[in-house]
Amino acid sequence: MLKELRPAFVVLIALTAFTGLAYPLAMTGAAQVLFPRQANGSLITRDGAVIGSALIGQNFASERYFHGRPSATTGADPADATKTVPAPYNAANSMGSNLGPTNPALADRVKADLETLRAENPRDPVPVDLVTTSGSGLDPHISPQAALFQVPRVAKARGVNEGVVRRLVEENMEDRTLGLLGEPRVNVLALNLALDKARPQ
Amino acid sequence: MARSHSVSLLDPAILLPAVGASFRKLDPRAMVKNPVMFVVEVVALLTTVLFVRDLITSGTGLSASGGSLGFSFQIILWLWFTVLFANFAEAVAEGRGKAQAESLRRTRTETVAKLLTGEGDAFRTVPGTSLKVGDVVLVEAGDIIPSDGEVVEGVASVNEAAITGESAPVIRESGGDRSAVTGGTTVVSDHLKVRITAAAGATFLDRMIALVEGAERQKTPNEIALNILLAGMTLIFIFATASIPSFAYYAGGSISVVVLVALFVTLIPTTIGALLSAIGIAGMDRLVRFNVLAMSGRAVEAAGDVDTLLLDKTGTITLGNRQASAFHPVRGVSEQDLADAAQLASLADETPEGRSIVVLAKEKYAIRGRDMASLNAHFVPFTAQTRMSGVDVDGSSVRKGAVDAILTYVQAGASTVTASGAVQNVRTLVSQESIREINAIAEEIAKSGGTPLAVARDGRLLGVIHLKDIVKGGIRERFAELRRMGIRTVMITGDNALTAAAIAAEAGVDDFLAQATPEAKLRLIRDEQAKGKLVAMCGDGTNDAPALAQADVGVAMNTGTVAAREAGNMVDLDSDPTKLIEIVEIGKALLMTRGSLTTFSIANDVAKYFAIIPAMFVAFYPQLGTLNVMALHSPQSAILSAIIFNALIIIALIPLALKGVAFRPIGAAALLKRNLLIYGLGGILVPFVGIKAIDLAVTALHLV
Amino acid sequence: MTSNGLIQIALFCLVVLVLTRPLGGYMTRVFAGERTFLSPVLKPVETLVFRLGGVDASREQHWLTYTIAMLLFHAGGFLLLYALMRVQDLLPFNPQGMAAVAPDLAFNTAISFITNTNWQNYGGESTMGYLVQMLGLTHQNFLSAATGIVLGMALIRGFSRASAQTVGNFWVDITRCTLYVLLPICVVFTLFLVWQGIPQTLGPYVDAATLDGGKQTLALGPVASQVAIKMLGTNGGGFFNANAAHPFENPTALSNFLQMVSIFALGAALTNVFGRMVGNEKQGWAILGAMGVLFVAGVAVTYWAEAAGTPALNALGLSGGNMEGKELRFGIVASALFAVITTAASCGAVNAMHDSFTALGGMIPLINMELGEIIVGGVGAGLYGMLLFVVITMFVAGLMVGRTPEYVGKKIEAKEVKMAMLAILILPLMMLGWTAVATVLPSAVASIANPGPHGFSEILYAFTSATANNGSAFGGLTGNTFFYNLTLASSMFVGRFLMIVPAMALAGALAAKKTVPASAGTFPTTGGLFVGLLVGVILIVGGLTFFPALSLGPIVEHLAAAAGQSFGAGG
Repeated sequence: MLKELRPAFVVLIALTAFTGLAYPLAMTGAAQVLFPRQANGSLITRDGAVIGSALIGQNFASERYFHGRPSATTGADPADATKTVPAPYNAANSMGSNLGPTNPALADRVKADLETLRAENPRDPVPVDLVTTSGSGLDPHISPQAALFQVPRVAKARGVNEGVVRRLVEENMEDRTLGLLGEPRVNVLALNLALDKARPQ
Repeated sequence: MARSHSVSLLDPAILLPAVGASFRKLDPRAMVKNPVMFVVEVVALLTTVLFVRDLITSGTGLSASGGSLGFSFQIILWLWFTVLFANFAEAVAEGRGKAQAESLRRTRTETVAKLLTGEGDAFRTVPGTSLKVGDVVLVEAGDIIPSDGEVVEGVASVNEAAITGESAPVIRESGGDRSAVTGGTTVVSDHLKVRITAAAGATFLDRMIALVEGAERQKTPNEIALNILLAGMTLIFIFATASIPSFAYYAGGSISVVVLVALFVTLIPTTIGALLSAIGIAGMDRLVRFNVLAMSGRAVEAAGDVDTLLLDKTGTITLGNRQASAFHPVRGVSEQDLADAAQLASLADETPEGRSIVVLAKEKYAIRGRDMASLNAHFVPFTAQTRMSGVDVDGSSVRKGAVDAILTYVQAGASTVTASGAVQNVRTLVSQESIREINAIAEEIAKSGGTPLAVARDGRLLGVIHLKDIVKGGIRERFAELRRMGIRTVMITGDNALTAAAIAAEAGVDDFLAQATPEAKLRLIRDEQAKGKLVAMCGDGTNDAPALAQADVGVAMNTGTVAAREAGNMVDLDSDPTKLIEIVEIGKALLMTRGSLTTFSIANDVAKYFAIIPAMFVAFYPQLGTLNVMALHSPQSAILSAIIFNALIIIALIPLALKGVAFRPIGAAALLKRNLLIYGLGGILVPFVGIKAIDLAVTALHLV
Repeated sequence: MTSNGLIQIALFCLVVLVLTRPLGGYMTRVFAGERTFLSPVLKPVETLVFRLGGVDASREQHWLTYTIAMLLFHAGGFLLLYALMRVQDLLPFNPQGMAAVAPDLAFNTAISFITNTNWQNYGGESTMGYLVQMLGLTHQNFLSAATGIVLGMALIRGFSRASAQTVGNFWVDITRCTLYVLLPICVVFTLFLVWQGIPQTLGPYVDAATLDGGKQTLALGPVASQVAIKMLGTNGGGFFNANAAHPFENPTALSNFLQMVSIFALGAALTNVFGRMVGNEKQGWAILGAMGVLFVAGVAVTYWAEAAGTPALNALGLSGGNMEGKELRFGIVASALFAVITTAASCGAVNAMHDSFTALGGMIPLINMELGEIIVGGVGAGLYGMLLFVVITMFVAGLMVGRTPEYVGKKIEAKEVKMAMLAILILPLMMLGWTAVATVLPSAVASIANPGPHGFSEILYAFTSATANNGSAFGGLTGNTFFYNLTLASSMFVGRFLMIVPAMALAGALAAKKTVPASAGTFPTTGGLFVGLLVGVILIVGGLTFFPALSLGPIVEHLAAAAGQSFGAGG
């Protein structure tokens, strides 16, 4: 056993150095050179200020914007740091709701959201993604149906023709990757940016 | 003996004592050897104690956990039945052996021995049990041989029915391969001097009694491995059931100990656990009834694993006797003529070879049998000195024999005895040419696997009779069957390679070892074993002993020498080398029975779960009633039915455990498919039907 | 269930199958010490490490020495990782100023990462600094994966060698595995992932002023380099709390697809290595076939259950399946597929919240782990777990053909059965045992997030995942308590090392045996019958063990949900 101590020590140190330092640092260097935008978080700046990441969803409460999916992320309670309070789209504390299928809390939450949404657009069926939280709480996407569902509200709030908004939605729809993988989707932040660009506030 | 007392399964002589034995076997010291059933006994005891406590503390007919006492009582009763049925299975399996041992013991009457004092034939009479190894005793006609030994002097016929069940006496003589005698057998004629080779209590008969009785039974390697598997599964189910009360507590319910125990006992592999030792005993027993004694269960198992079978040519592959197949005359002699002379020379020859010559002459050349007496012929018998035989008739002398013997005979000048008895010299009529011709023909015959026999008449060489080794009927098919079982056959023969190759090809063996010496045999076995193969062989001679010992399965012939019998791990009482093939099949059947019943036992659990799980949990999760796919009447009837089924299936399978799952040489994959279908799929389905049926009965009888 | 969904599943299976043979061939060469295309670069490095460590690459070890070497190596790795976490506030590369990790959480996490479990009782972005993420966690991601692979190799050698005393040299194997197999693939994979959008930076978190007038802190870090090995090495420990559901860990459907492929790639390839080394690749394909049958069945159930949706929500008029806890870019099929893959292997990364799956959809991941993660499984660990079941299967089946059972020429006897049973026993002991303890402790039950059977499933899932070294969770359970930190750590430790020791003893015993040539009497282990039999034994043995627990968790929950029942707090 003592005979194995030296190799244990040396191999551990050597492999630690390779995999724990050399590898991530070299990868960081390479990534910063090859894909600097992605490597730093696919940040979006407007007027020189970072307004978010193209990949991370944001919390939209205003009627004038398309809303993302419900988010279950929390943040520290400003009043009491040992407690947490709901903080949707907190990108420093990703999480899902973890509500199980037979937990009445899930059905209650969905029921409440459904009532709001149905009031907002009684015409269309409510797409399921608009009333369910995502796994990360940071889902940047909604389904095309969910975007279209919100068109009447956004158009009304912005005082524009629904057709204009609808066209923006259609322009921002992304198909499945290679037409095969994943699901068709709309990036909410991109759509809202396009919305603002089309008719600045 | 074994043959004459084949005992039926349902013989009350076995069943009644077995019932008693089932209870005696409840002794935990004996039970602990069978971990699965021991655990059942422990939980049965535990629930019984709890039941008694409940009975005393509550007069209400309700147990502490809320179930009715009547229900608990029935469950506990069936738990005990489960244990008893397992014991019963073992007792029945042992019963047959015990009965046989009993009759063997009866033959082992008190014998007296005539111990030779060393001066001539003087002896004093001592009790047979006082004999020591190395003593020399005299056994005369009518005496029972007092102990195992080796004949040092004399020839006698011995009745070995006590051991082999065969009443025809056999010859035992000093020297050679027929020198071993067995204690308990009877000398019928003549007398023998026997040197004792076994101490009292360690004779062949003693060992045989111990073996058939199962007293020396040790667990075999596969049985040990299987026991580990079963113990492991039992542990897994301990975890699975012991954790249930906590889970139920979380769900706001509770489970009574009796119900938990019922689930546990039905889940652990009680079926195979109960029958495992019975299967092993029955496997040995099958061999015994086949007149083969295995010195250990390990040997029986090894037989099932055999990859290479070494078979002696003579007696196993070919008939022990050669037969005439053709007449090859020298130039100037017609076949008819040669056939005629050969037939004449063989008329009085009662050996199988001789008879076959007569038959051939009749069939091929229509030479009819002649009456020796009417011919006024004088028969010259075969002797070891002359190595030929023949007949003198009407002034003519005909001889047949080994080629060199006949050549010597004709070159020396034949003499003939006339009917009047006068001896008359006959001129030598043999040319160098005909000698060369005879030798050429003889060589040709040897090459084709035959034995040449020269024929001469009145000093003149007529030709050669071709004696051929006759391959046994059906042996080719047997070898093909063995090949399908994955077993390679190797023929062992003292013949030269040419002859051996010819016979090997005809018999369809995979390989042969020609001009086999004991060393060559041993080397062959070691080579095969080095390749990871298991080798079986049989033998009888002293020089076979090293090979018998080296082989994984060494079957010694009962007629063989003491050394051979000691070296082998099986003894064939019938001394029939072809049995090796059946021994392999018995070994395979033993392993298959274990595997099949294990599969069946585990597959049973599926249905038991569907009976008990809903019954257990439905009180606090009524939704789980959906899992009650058998639509059993009530939770209690479901649990009771499952435990009854679990116990009864043991009884139901006893005949199969004792009879064994028959081996079929159809290839491993096909065999497995078949057994899986029967015992795997069957094991899943049967209990669904069985438990439902029992539930109907339990409900009809208002047992719960 | 849509046709597009089925095509995505089929495409995944196809890609894994296509990769199996070339990767298997490459790994066989690496572990045989043969030259590969990377040798010119890596050979000098390898030689240097061996020289410094005093390792004689030509000298092999007995199984016991091999195991001891592995344990020593892990003891060192454990101490290093634990120490790093405890003093991380003093270390560089900590732009967010993360505090030192509490002792019980550090203990749990260290055990978790050395055992290839990567159970996380913490949120990555809110607990760990960059140095711990790299030097501690990324490094252990490599080494615990490499360990799994080399142990698998040792067992393969046991089967493929005849009358041998040794099973390889741990130091040589672990070094080669890291240098030749894991690192090169990870370098390429990392760059791909960065291209897809995963951050790889040492810079601090970024504050953004969001469009709607809020503030958002974007957690960043050297993510891609860790995600690459977390998937390839079936580790599963997320850089972020939400793991592969987080857009920075799994930004696109394409990154998701390749992450799924990378979970299975090495495990599947090892079956091919096995086949090659025992001299018949079909033996490897048969094992992969059995894994494949179980896998496809699992995917079918989960996909069907998730696509059918939650009865309680469907009752509200919703359709489109169960999207609670799922990311839109992956949708139902890629989430269901990922869940089955990650639990079939011992990865444990999640791209959707398993806790929010339907009862049956969540039961399949649970079953996958209960069976011991033998469906492809953890790198190396999956293969040796499967081979343990093969030993048991062949023992019973072999007897049924009338021979002492044998597998690839090795007789299965008492010792092999004993070791296999020991290893298999460990699973239910820890999974059911600790669950039984937790379910009666009010303080432990208090950790559940969903009342009723689902809460029970949360506890069962936690101990199952820990014992099976998976690391995924029904995340609602609050695991960062003293009780769970310790008990889960013990499950992870026992589930890893107490399974390894018997498996290695088995390797040693097998290596020492002669190899029996196959004959017509030998049951062929390359065909459908063998595959079916193996699947049957796994399901029956595994299923029987866990049926009571499952019926009190997901099964009853499913039946209740279908009947429109729910389980509220206090109800």
